[in-house]
Amino acid sequence: MRRVVVIGAGPAGMAAAREAAAHGVEVVLIDAAAKLGGQYHRQDALEPGDRFGSPVAPGSAEAALPEVEHVADATVWAIEPIDGGHRVHLRIGPADGPSRQGRAVEARAIVLATGAYDRALPFPGWDLPGVVTVGAAQALAKGQGVAVGDRVVVGGTGPFLLPAAVSLIRAGARVVEVAEANAAVTGWLTSPRGALAGWSKSGELARYAAALVRRRVPYRSRTAVVEAHGSEVVESVTLARLDARWTPIPGSERRVQADAVAVGFGFTPQSELALATRCRVSDGFVVVDAAQGTTAPGVFAAGELTGIGGADLAAAEGAVAGAAAAKYVGAAVEPPLRAMARVRSGRRFAAALAAAYPVRAGWHDWLRDDTIVCRCEEITKAALFRAVDDRDVGAARSLKLVSGVGLGLCQGRVCGQNAAELAGVDGTGFAKRPIASPVRLAELAEEEPIESPIDAEESGSPLGVEY
Amino acid sequence: MRVRFEGEEIEVEAGQTVAGVLLSKGIRSWRTTRGADRPRGLFCGIGVCFDCLVRVNGVPDVRACQRVVADGDDIRTQTGVELPS
Amino acid sequence: MVRIDAADVVVIGAGIIGAACAEALSAAGLRVLVLDRGAPAGGTTAGGEGNVLVSDKAPGPELDLAVASRRRWPELLESLRGELGDELVQVEWEPKGGLVVATDEDAVGPLRILAEAQREAGVEAVDTTAEAARAMEPHLAEDVHAAVHYPEDAQLQPVLATTALLAAVRARGGEVRGGTEVHGLVLDAAGTVGGVRLGDGTVSCGAVVNACGPWAGHFSVTVGAPIEVLPRRGAVLVTAPLPPVVVRRKVYAADYAAAVATPHVDLQVSAVVESTATGAVLIGSSRQRVGFDESLEVEVLRRLARSAIRLFPVLAGVPVMRTYGGFRPYTPDHLPVIGEDPRFPGLWHASGHEGAGIGLAPATGRLVADLMCGRQPEVDPFRFRVDRPEVIAEVRT
Ligand SMILES: Cc1cc2nc3c(=O)[nH]c(=O)nc-3n(C[C@H](O)[C@H](O)[C@H](O)COP(=O)(O)OP(=O)(O)OC[C@H]3O[C@@H](n4cnc5c(N)ncnc54)[C@H](O)[C@@H]3O)c2cc1C
Ligand SMILES: Cc1cc2nc3c(=O)[nH]c(=O)nc-3n(C[C@H](O)[C@H](O)[C@H](O)COP(=O)(O)OP(=O)(O)OC[C@H]3O[C@@H](n4cnc5c(N)ncnc54)[C@H](O)[C@@H]3O)c2cc1C
Ligand code: FES
Repeated sequence: MRRVVVIGAGPAGMAAAREAAAHGVEVVLIDAAAKLGGQYHRQDALEPGDRFGSPVAPGSAEAALPEVEHVADATVWAIEPIDGGHRVHLRIGPADGPSRQGRAVEARAIVLATGAYDRALPFPGWDLPGVVTVGAAQALAKGQGVAVGDRVVVGGTGPFLLPAAVSLIRAGARVVEVAEANAAVTGWLTSPRGALAGWSKSGELARYAAALVRRRVPYRSRTAVVEAHGSEVVESVTLARLDARWTPIPGSERRVQADAVAVGFGFTPQSELALATRCRVSDGFVVVDAAQGTTAPGVFAAGELTGIGGADLAAAEGAVAGAAAAKYVGAAVEPPLRAMARVRSGRRFAAALAAAYPVRAGWHDWLRDDTIVCRCEEITKAALFRAVDDRDVGAARSLKLVSGVGLGLCQGRVCGQNAAELAGVDGTGFAKRPIASPVRLAELAEEEPIESPIDAEESGSPLGVEY
Repeated sequence: MRVRFEGEEIEVEAGQTVAGVLLSKGIRSWRTTRGADRPRGLFCGIGVCFDCLVRVNGVPDVRACQRVVADGDDIRTQTGVELPS
Repeated sequence: MVRIDAADVVVIGAGIIGAACAEALSAAGLRVLVLDRGAPAGGTTAGGEGNVLVSDKAPGPELDLAVASRRRWPELLESLRGELGDELVQVEWEPKGGLVVATDEDAVGPLRILAEAQREAGVEAVDTTAEAARAMEPHLAEDVHAAVHYPEDAQLQPVLATTALLAAVRARGGEVRGGTEVHGLVLDAAGTVGGVRLGDGTVSCGAVVNACGPWAGHFSVTVGAPIEVLPRRGAVLVTAPLPPVVVRRKVYAADYAAAVATPHVDLQVSAVVESTATGAVLIGSSRQRVGFDESLEVEVLRRLARSAIRLFPVLAGVPVMRTYGGFRPYTPDHLPVIGEDPRFPGLWHASGHEGAGIGLAPATGRLVADLMCGRQPEVDPFRFRVDRPEVIAEVRT
């Protein structure tokens, strides 16, 4: 049996698993969550059963994955190169529990579909409980049916603010305002020829926008939350108008009562496993060819890991990656031309998205000297600048070690990019995390069963691309 | 299903995360930082920021947003850094 | 910022060894240019730990250098305080002492013998019972057999220390330039070094110091003066931050010194456990000769984990949040190479410090400066000379 391991069960990973399985190869689909779906299709965890566990309309994005071994509650903490492939190490069981079960699965081909997480920019008070990311608000609302607050301000940039605001409302919160830091693109966003209109066939975004209008939720562009106030939790926020560089316009500040703030400034790819397998990244995103092949032989990548373009693009990339991985392990595969065409159009959308919603350097002006940049180690802007001014800091590694940013448990996931930008160094090094998720020392000490593919010698060819 | 938070019993549903349980009870912060002793709670919601740490059944450094509750769990706030008991 | 076109000395490599040489040379009044192809303090120096140990060395030339260096570190930092101010000399220097533990009965004898020999060489080594060791380290395993306490063992943070040394070089009119690879030497007709070749030109100078760490061997080959300096890989585990009392000193098992000294190519693992200023505990490190292969090996991490739990059972439940590592620059006889290359007058080497470059840096810098300036060196340079048979691969004809 030829095996493909897929890591991440969001739209990209599910499509990859489905496609690979359809070509008759053994597929192991691993995800840290209890249910399939990833961020976009996040299922209500409180409902019994798994929406993707039983057959739905075949061919739809939500069709079941019957031929696939789905390993749930399983965190991939390391990937090790072996002869002719990789060994994927996982721990299965309650998150961060000390007695999770170890397992190591070997495969000639792996598909990385680990997704992305929200980028949060620092501002005074962003470390107060009640300030969360847009993704957190979304995940808690969709997965747990809980709103992160009663009166919530949503801020940041990009179309993803809208579904988060709608989810918050559905979970019972009052969304006080949606603050978009960039200029408004809603007009051309929904117009038939607008670059973003093709995002979703169903006009999903337009529906979110309409829902917010119905609820009379103000949507303000060139506006950001520049401070959160409160002693123990958020009690109010200051919003300000921004100039084109995102520097707050003096005198435009408004104080608004709110007990929660959800912020998101685009996404950061979850690229540690890609870096561990030596895939080349550019601007943080994994570089792939037309068959979703990375620069590492036998390693494919799909979804937000390769660029931010929404769930449709992720699923299309996943389908291509799944086919390519199946072919790589020896299955007879025709190039999935339709999915490849969807990927191409999705990429155009992704590029338009990135161009319409950049992060601009004016956010540096939101910080005060005592504003925390690194939440784990509680390193302030002043401390960071002191370290950088006095000492030779030319790369992420030395930036971490002289300033302390990124040394804590999040390992620079939240602060790395921001600190690198403030210090003027390349931040790629922050994403190098050979241990992709913490494991307890006793777990590490334990021998795990290793599953080798039963038939290891059979070898296929790449999907019409040269390596 | 029931769990205890700081010794107090809470009724929970299967599938809820620790963060989901605490937020639904209006509890916003459940950890303090090592350096400045500041309160923290949920931040990223998807397991990347490690701000939401709690102590579950004597084991610290458990992400509340990732940990699904089990019947009888003993959940406690985490003060700075702690050792497992 | 000054940009130097001509220097008295060009130091190649801005790791801790290059920085220490540059500091000592600039203190002697020389104008120094430090070049590094990457970021300063971004090589091996950023991939190791900060132990300044006398405990792990048997009597001999390396221990002599270590003892001189251990004495020198606090003096050096103190003298830089006046020059650079308080902030820059905060390098997390902690003279916390080391505790070497015999985890089985067989290890007790050799441990006591080593300590006795070290005492004769002037090292403070206090024989300690298992009970006394546990009083010093309350979380130490119940079943240790004996220990030796080394009050002189210390610790600092290598990148902070290196950047402090480089700041001193700059304060004295020198320059530190990252992102600048040295491709070769400029030689006069007599074969004397007169400068270095960069990608975009040359810099003339009176002397060149090869402080390229594990790449020193490669660099020496490039310039036609081969010396045997090779990489020996090491990995370190980093735990989540813990309360400061969990591990107080540097604690390691008595078989560590054997692992360091072994000539074997295959994996040697013996954990040194220590806490750091951030609260994270470092568990280092493995020794393996695999060239410059960086691939993760879970077996290495597993053995580090086991050996740490053996010393501190409480660590079993603690999260490991990171592993990192680097390539120690080693020589076949495990002694650094420090001195002028007789084949090319004006070319100096300062490398091959293996797993002790952080500890040995200030004495190494001092030795290079003493020799270059014709001063009487504090440590006998003979055993570190370049033209010893173990190090010089071939002699230029
Ligand atoms: C919190 C959040 C909420 C979002 N909500 C929406 C929304 O409502 N609407 C919308 O249009 N877009 C939303 N997005 C954008 C969304 O990411 C994409 O549209 C889409 O989900 C991307 O699909 P993907 O398959 O690339 O990754 P994801 O859906 O992010 O899936 C990645 C999966 O990989 C798993 N994973 C990662 N690392 C590991 C590991 N080491 N071991 C095991 N498993 C691992 C994760 O558990 C996750 O399930 C959201 C993004 C985030 C971060
Ligand atoms: C896991 C591990 C743990 C360790 N623990 C300890 C410890 O506890 N205590 C201790 O004392 N030591 C320890 N060491 C050893 C110590 O880190 C090294 O001995 C020391 O860092 C070597 O410093 P260096 O300056 O010689 O080399 P590096 O720091 O590697 O510096 C060499 C520099 O030269 C540059 N370079 C190379 N070629 C060129 C070129 N052609 N042109 C320009 N620049 C060039 C490189 O970019 C690099 O920055 C450890 C090492 C490892 C790997
Ligand atoms: S909220 Fe970020 S890890 Fe739980």
